[in-house]
Amino acid sequence: MKRETMINAALLLAMIAVPLWAYYAGKPFTITLATKVAILALAGVGLNIALGIGGLVSFGHAAFFGLGGYTMGILASHAQSYSPLFNWPFLFEGSQNMLMIWGVTILVSALAGLIIGLLALRTSGVYFIMLSLAFGQMLYYFAISWPAYGGEDGLSIYVRNGFPGLNTLDPIQFFAICFALLLLALFFTHRLMNSPFGLALNAARQSPLRAATVGVGVFRLRLVALIISAIITGLAGALYADLNRFISPTMLSWQTSGEIMVFVILGGVGRLMGPLAGAALFIILEQVLGPISEYWHIYLGAMLLLVVLFARGGIIGSLAKRDAAHE
Amino acid sequence: MSAILLAEQVLNGLQSGMMLFLTAAGLTLIFGVMGLINLAHGSLYMVGAFAAAAVAAYTGSFLLALAASIAAAAAAGALVEVLVIRRLYARDHLDQVLATFALILIFSEGTRWIYGSFPLFLNIPPYLSGPITLPGGIQYPLYRLTIIGVGLAVALGLYGLITHTKLGIRIRAGENDREMISALGVDIGKLYTIIFALGAALAGLAGALVGAIQSVQVGMGEPVLILAFVVIVIGGIGSIKGALVGALLVGLTDTLGPLFLPCLFGLFLEPASAATIGASLASMLIYILMAAILVWRPSGLYGVRA
Amino acid sequence: MNNPVLRLENIQKSFGALVASDNISLDLRAGEIHALIGPNGAGKSTLIQQIAGSLAPDHGRISLLGQDISKAGLSQRARLGLARTFQISELALEDSVLQNVLLGVIGASGRVFRFFRNALKDQDNITQANTALSRVGLLEVAQKPVSTLSHGQRRQLEIAIALTLKPKVLLLDEPMAGLGGSGSKALMPLLETLKSEAPILLVEHDMDAVFALADRISVLVYGKLIATGSVAEIRANREVRTAYLGDEA
Repeated sequence: MKRETMINAALLLAMIAVPLWAYYAGKPFTITLATKVAILALAGVGLNIALGIGGLVSFGHAAFFGLGGYTMGILASHAQSYSPLFNWPFLFEGSQNMLMIWGVTILVSALAGLIIGLLALRTSGVYFIMLSLAFGQMLYYFAISWPAYGGEDGLSIYVRNGFPGLNTLDPIQFFAICFALLLLALFFTHRLMNSPFGLALNAARQSPLRAATVGVGVFRLRLVALIISAIITGLAGALYADLNRFISPTMLSWQTSGEIMVFVILGGVGRLMGPLAGAALFIILEQVLGPISEYWHIYLGAMLLLVVLFARGGIIGSLAKRDAAHE
Repeated sequence: MSAILLAEQVLNGLQSGMMLFLTAAGLTLIFGVMGLINLAHGSLYMVGAFAAAAVAAYTGSFLLALAASIAAAAAAGALVEVLVIRRLYARDHLDQVLATFALILIFSEGTRWIYGSFPLFLNIPPYLSGPITLPGGIQYPLYRLTIIGVGLAVALGLYGLITHTKLGIRIRAGENDREMISALGVDIGKLYTIIFALGAALAGLAGALVGAIQSVQVGMGEPVLILAFVVIVIGGIGSIKGALVGALLVGLTDTLGPLFLPCLFGLFLEPASAATIGASLASMLIYILMAAILVWRPSGLYGVRA
Repeated sequence: MNNPVLRLENIQKSFGALVASDNISLDLRAGEIHALIGPNGAGKSTLIQQIAGSLAPDHGRISLLGQDISKAGLSQRARLGLARTFQISELALEDSVLQNVLLGVIGASGRVFRFFRNALKDQDNITQANTALSRVGLLEVAQKPVSTLSHGQRRQLEIAIALTLKPKVLLLDEPMAGLGGSGSKALMPLLETLKSEAPILLVEHDMDAVFALADRISVLVYGKLIATGSVAEIRANREVRTAYLGDEA
């Protein structure tokens, strides 16, 4: 078996074993941390499709993450206050059902991905990076200055949203929901990587001219990739909001975009499990270094710098680098 | 809306535009010559402000504080260039973004470690404080007017530097053809360090000048960095002239937008919702401006390369 | 007889004051190898780019099998059967040779937007890819990453990818460059057989190969087409001799 496959399997096993252990040992906080890892990894899986496979350096994925969060927050807050979102052209009421929220999140994120993509993908290189950043900032400032949903202070949701047949307030059950979505997204990405679409997207990252020359419409290809990426990251945002029962403009900030990118890179960009490895590392670092030093971001920064300068391919890349020699 | 208020806001727009220009000029120069996206540019702005605040507190001299801001930012810039940045020139944009993002984390937390999270204060010296009366009876703070003057002077100085000095010739040559200038025997490593330090010094000066109006604190660099990026993207990456035009455009949009948009919406909406929508849109206005300009001209107003 | 497969009419392209294509009309007939030659800077690459669709002419019309394709984009022209190779290889270097060829198969099929089917296990596609690879003699290296291939192998791979498009026309931009004498010789029989499947517009600097292979030759000098004709006609053409050899002719 390839080393990368073994590492991937070990990661998934740990993601099951740790929460189970915590459940029997009665440590709900550990389960919550594992849930956070699963959700952040999901956000990273979304970015990895655009960034890792498609080579689209989006510095604005917080836009999708935050939109997912706000979709959840807006629907749930209207459900809490029994006031519809709007009456015209049809009655649209709030909801505290996760399935409903996810459905709306998918629509909203896809639409955002479509609009941002249509405009930003006209450019490339630094200009694309900056345009994606600009769209993220646009939403960030809008969220801050629009008072209806908490503005700068954010919005609290008092009860976690429900899932048919499950008790979402039980940490292990909520973890199971998040982990199941992550697995689904990973499975989808795995299939996508070897699909005609994935192959074309991957080739277009390395040489857009080559892809176009064999009849692949590169713009449409990248647009679809960005939309898929937006949907997955948006779903992660909705879950993250549910985990914290709180949303604020911070979810839309450029630091959030940067952090999502950091997990993906630390884990291994373009690798299936890179986002999971990166998110896990991030949370572990936060838990281990956080208590030692208030300024643990220095170590995070130093580590990121070292990975970028000397260990391209991230954790998974470094651990699996002997694969090529073995084949 | 009175003409005096309008004039005052236009001056405020010019003032923030000029400070943006100081920050953006280095950023665009570094991209134009070295092809590098430097997210840590905002950190150098912060370094300048902290150095100024520290020196002002120690010596009480504002001019010494400004000199310290320039020196500290240039030194920090040169150090970072030698240790990290020069390994990134040959890398792709993603690596540059990540490595310089890492530098932000290190700079910000490092500064917090040394100075703590509380803001420092840098006072406007007595000889520059207070309002003066401009033609037309406009009362305007002398300090802000001075800042506009400093910005103009730097713009002129940069123009002179680039068109009339040996260093300027090398910078322009570097923008056009990197292999050629190293083939001509110019020490390209040294040239890059100098350009990077120059850009850093300008950002540091801006940090100190603005620090006297606002507070000096960790994280002050990032909003400016993002605005500076908007500026150079609007102006066309690599173009100093574009940076000046972009900076003034962004500065004016950002100050005049909140003034005009609520009035504009007031024409056809009730006052309360006009104020809300106007204010929300005003906060997004520069990003809308940037997106519109890029969709219209994908490499900015004065940009040549994509 | 011999309706042109590809036809250029009055193609005009300028970059500022430089006229890269000066009112060029040219056709490519079924079953032929039509070589396009000319000194460096004559505008051959610019012309190829305009035919392939990566550069738009200022004026003029390009048609493929009677259909006007002047407005079609790069990828659209490729799907219509206009296949090209590059002077400097354009390949996905990190991917395997097979993946690069499969990309061509997928692009030609127009079925790019499939997210679940495993393209690396689709027997139909693999058979097509392998056929193309064996025609250029790269079947043994199918699983290797392109980055490990020699320069010559990369040129062969470019041709294999072009073949997967079931081309109506092949635009080959210096396929012999850097192959060396024996490499060029090995490629010649392949081009000879290919021309009966799709006529070839061949840009080439290797004059021995051009004179051995071409059915017709067009000569481009400073953006102007100064002559088109059979090998013998071109050899005898005074203007061509002047352009290539200077005044000594």
